[in-house]
Amino acid sequence: MSCDTAGTVAAIRAVAATVAAHKVELTHLDREIGDGDHGENLSRGFTAVLTKLDAGDPKNPGAVLKLVATTLISTVGGAAGPLFGTAFLRAATSVGDADTLDGAAVAAALTAARDGVVARGKAESGDKTMVDALTPAVTAAKTAADGGGGVGEVLAAAAEAAAAGAQATIPLQARKGRASYLGERSIGHLDPGATSTGYLLQALAVTATG
Amino acid sequence: MTVGIVLVSHSRELAQGLADVAAQMAPSVTIAPAGGLEDGSIGTSFELITDAIGRADSGAGAILLYDLGSGYLTAETALEFLDPDQAERVVIVDAPFVLGAVSGAIAAQTGGDLRAVIAAALEARTANGPGGVRSADG
Repeated sequence: MSCDTAGTVAAIRAVAATVAAHKVELTHLDREIGDGDHGENLSRGFTAVLTKLDAGDPKNPGAVLKLVATTLISTVGGAAGPLFGTAFLRAATSVGDADTLDGAAVAAALTAARDGVVARGKAESGDKTMVDALTPAVTAAKTAADGGGGVGEVLAAAAEAAAAGAQATIPLQARKGRASYLGERSIGHLDPGATSTGYLLQALAVTATG
Repeated sequence: MTVGIVLVSHSRELAQGLADVAAQMAPSVTIAPAGGLEDGSIGTSFELITDAIGRADSGAGAILLYDLGSGYLTAETALEFLDPDQAERVVIVDAPFVLGAVSGAIAAQTGGDLRAVIAAALEARTANGPGGVRSADG
């Protein structure tokens, strides 16, 4: 199974709906160990993305991803803006001008997105950040794609691994971002960025398989 | 043509207040605050930072100072979207926000080039004399 422009738009709309549904929860998580704005910020960003999608007519999946990137960078207003923005921007560059994406292309885009986030935020695995969801997602996506998986299977594998990665941030002490100022007090809490990353991939996976 | 200063803060008031302080000793330098979001709430704005860079860099370049980590992330992203010639002249400097802004602004006011302004901001933390910072045990 592959994904065309309309499929990509549908997937992004599903992400926006998921972000809206989890807005309060994400903000609550961020209030525990951060500045308490993650849900609000992401929701503002994806609401703006919906407006742009309604107004524009992106010509291929890469153009959809680039529209998401520039909109998030302009509207999110916290660290999540540049980080998610860079992720979508690198994914857009990775898929190029292709009209449809297969499982391998999605795995490659996810890899490029993760690499962009690491380059931008300088976080490593175990720092209690979105990288702790993204890196297991990339590994799982590559395995699924190498096994001949289509878009739905690749994203389902990525989403499952990301959710597990997010859960695994609970015992970690934050070493990057606002939570790192809390030192040991950051232990015992879910990382908001890893959590939202998991939700985002889950929304993509559900749309691709549904 | 002097080197400009961009001040990225999560708070509109913090950036504006620091710009006012630094301008006292550097009346000819463009000190462009980019604090908060467009609506005045707390955050860092890609658009406001991009606008501030445009005002601060008159061709001689600008340094950009930030208050907290996500300010750095947004600033770095803004630089990535600049035209490459201008991006080379705008340098994010990891210096103390207030002292770096004042020291950098004075260096620019007295004719320092981009390299000199960067150095002044970086050295602000260890500068001697009135206003300089000494170590906790010194």
